[in-house]
Amino acid sequence: MYRSHVMVCGGTGCTSSRSLEIIQRFEELIAANGLSDEVKVVRTGCFGLCERGPIVVIYPEGAFYARITPEDVDRIVSEHLLKGRVVKDLIYHENDDKPTNTSLNDIGFYKKQHRIALRNCGMIDPENIDEYIAYDGYKALGKCLTELTREEVIDIVKKSGLRGRGGAGFPTGMKWEFGYKSVSDQKYVVCNGDEGDPGAFMDRSVLEGDPHSVLEAMAIAGYAVGASQGYIYVRAEYPIAVKRLEIAIGQAREYGLLGKNIFGTDFSFDIEIRLGAGAFVCGEETALLTSIEGRRGEPRPRPPFPAVKGVFGKPTVLNNVETYANIPVIINKGYEWFSQMGTEKCKGTKVFALGGKIVNTGLVEVPMGTTVREIIYDIGGGIPNGKKFKAAQTGGPSGGCIPASCLDTPIDYESLIAIGSMMGSGGLIVMDEDNCMVDIAKFFLEFTADESCGKCTPCRVGTRRMLEILERITNGEGRDGDIEKLEQLAKNIKATALCGLGQTAPNPVLSTLRYFRDEYEAHIYEKRCPAGHCKKLARVTIDPEKCIGCSLCSKVCPVGAISGKVKSPFVIDQSKCIKCGACMEKCPRGAISKK
Amino acid sequence: MKSLKDLEEIRKKTLDSINMRKDEESTRVVIGMATCGIAAGARPVLLAFMDEIGKRNLQHVTVSQTGCIGMCKLEPIVEIFEPNKEKVTYVKMTPEKAVRVVNDHLVNNRIVTEYTIGNYEK
Repeated sequence: MYRSHVMVCGGTGCTSSRSLEIIQRFEELIAANGLSDEVKVVRTGCFGLCERGPIVVIYPEGAFYARITPEDVDRIVSEHLLKGRVVKDLIYHENDDKPTNTSLNDIGFYKKQHRIALRNCGMIDPENIDEYIAYDGYKALGKCLTELTREEVIDIVKKSGLRGRGGAGFPTGMKWEFGYKSVSDQKYVVCNGDEGDPGAFMDRSVLEGDPHSVLEAMAIAGYAVGASQGYIYVRAEYPIAVKRLEIAIGQAREYGLLGKNIFGTDFSFDIEIRLGAGAFVCGEETALLTSIEGRRGEPRPRPPFPAVKGVFGKPTVLNNVETYANIPVIINKGYEWFSQMGTEKCKGTKVFALGGKIVNTGLVEVPMGTTVREIIYDIGGGIPNGKKFKAAQTGGPSGGCIPASCLDTPIDYESLIAIGSMMGSGGLIVMDEDNCMVDIAKFFLEFTADESCGKCTPCRVGTRRMLEILERITNGEGRDGDIEKLEQLAKNIKATALCGLGQTAPNPVLSTLRYFRDEYEAHIYEKRCPAGHCKKLARVTIDPEKCIGCSLCSKVCPVGAISGKVKSPFVIDQSKCIKCGACMEKCPRGAISKK
Repeated sequence: MKSLKDLEEIRKKTLDSINMRKDEESTRVVIGMATCGIAAGARPVLLAFMDEIGKRNLQHVTVSQTGCIGMCKLEPIVEIFEPNKEKVTYVKMTPEKAVRVVNDHLVNNRIVTEYTIGNYEK
C-alpha cells in the first residue's frame, strides 16, 4: 500500500516543459529519503490546464501544483512528502488576491467542466492497463459480449444521441447500423486519429492519456458491426500517443482483451496502428481509408460511403478518437444518462482545445449547449493583459469566426453552422483587438492552399487565387471589386470541390467577411489595418501632446528612424520605420501608437 | 483472461491501490510528522498504520502526514477524521497501539479511549 500518489502530467505540453525530468527527480529523492515503499510516482495523461504546466497533483490531499520545475521537486519532497506540509507558494492559484486553491475541484477551470471523454486523463497511468480496468475499463466490452446482442449495442448508441466528434456530427449509431447491415465476408473498424486542424489537440490528449478507452470502444464497434480487424490511423507527429497506443495494444493482447475469443466468446478482434505522414487531407475519411491501404492519400467521391465500401473495398465503420472515448461510458451508464446532457439535437459533451489570446490555454470538456462566453471567460479565464475580445475561431481551416455579438450562442453543431462557423474537431482559438481578421483569413487559406491534395481543380487552383487576393489586400494593394471576387470564388469552390476539405476551405473568408467586412474595406479603400497588425499598412506615430521628450524611443529604435531634441516632442521618419513596435514598449507615457 | 470475473478481480485489486485519487469523502488518518513527532518515533507509527490498513484492505481510509500539532510532549500524535464525526486525537502512539487503533476504531468503530488525549489529561 502506498500512502501517497504523486501524479505528474506526461502529456505533450508538460513533457516539453521538462516533466520527465521532474518524474526522475521525484524518483531519485523519494528513494534517497527511503520513501519508495510509501509514495508512488505516476506519469499520467493531460490534466487540461496546459497553460500552467508542468502539473503535479499529490494525493490523498489532491494538492494541485502548477508550473513546477525540477528544482522545485526538492522542496515538495522534503516538505510535503516527508513532513506532510503542502508547499503553498507552488500551489496553483487563480488570482493573486485569493492565494489558496489546494484541491482540483476548487479550481474554476475544472468546476464547469464535465469530463467524459477525458475522464481518465490525469487520473490513471496510461501505460498500465490495470489502472484503466480499475476505473471500469473493459467492463463495457464484457457487458456487450456476454449480455447484449449486436442489435442492442447499436440501439444503445443510437438512443444515446452520440454524434461524430470529428466535426461533421453524423449520428454514430446510424453509422454503425449501416456497417452492420452491409453484407460482406470481411468488415473493418477504423479510428481517425489524424487530427490536423491547427490548434486542435484533443484527440492527441485522449490517445496519450487514455489509449485503452479507444481500443475498448473499437472492439465494441467491431462486435456491433461484425468486424474482426481494426485500424487506428494516427499521425506520426504524435510520438507519445503512438508509443502509448503500442503499449496499450500489447497489454490488451496479453490480457486477451484483443485477439481470439475475447471473454471466452466466439468474438475475435485485433487492432493495428497505421501512421499518417502528416497530410491534412488524410483526415478526410475517404482519403484516410485510401492511405491505410498504402496508396496516396486522396479523397474520392461519395457514395459509395465507407460503411458500404471502405478499406480494401470492404464495409468500414470509421469514427473519431473522441467519439470512441465516449462509447464505453455510454454502455456502462446507459443511454438515458448520456442523453440527459447537452441540447435537443446534440447530446453529451465536447472537448475543446483552447488556444490563442486566452489566460488558460488548455483542454476543456463541457456539455453541449454551453455558451462560448462560459468557455472563454468562466473556464478559460478570459483575455490576458486586459485586452478586448474580438472573435473566436472554431473548426480550424473549415470553420469560421464567432464575433463578440455571438458570445452567448450555446455551442452545438447546428448553432455554430447557423452563425457561419462549425464545430470541427474542437479547436477554439481566441483573438483579441490586436488580431487582424483579414490576416486570420489569410492564415487559414495559406494552410488549405498548402495542404490541398491537388486532385480537384476548384480546391487546387481556387484556394490559391483566393490567397493571392488576400495577400494583395494585406499588402495594401487591394482593389475595388476584390471582396466581390472573393465571394464569387468562395461560392464556386464550395459548390464544386470534391471533398469536405475543399468545400469548407472558403469558410474562414466568408465568415470574416460576414462579421468584419469593415476591416476588409479599411484595408482596401483606406489602406489601413484597424488592428495595426498588417505591417505594410501600419503607421507608428508619436502624439506630440503626450511626448515628454525623454528620448528613450530614439535610443531603442533599431533603424534610427526616431529623432528630436530632448524635452521637446520626437518624430518618426516613416520612410525608415519598420513598425517593430520597440519604441511603443519603451515609451513611459504611452505616447506612441500603431494604426 | 477468459471471463468477466477475471476482469472484476483485477478491477478490485487495482482500485484498492488507487482509490485515494477519487475525491470522495474518506476517513483520514493524519500523523504529526514535524521534528518533534519524528524524534518521538512517528515514522514507525505511520508505517504500522499503513501496513495494518493495507492488510485489512480498508479502501476508504487514507494515511497522511501533518506538521506539529502543538503538544510536542505528547508526540507521536495521530488524529483520525471521519466524515460527519468529531475528530479523535490519539497521543503517545506506538506501532503496537497503531495496530489496535486500526482494528478497534477503523474496523469496528470503537474508539480506543485509553489512548486518546482526553484520557491522558485525566
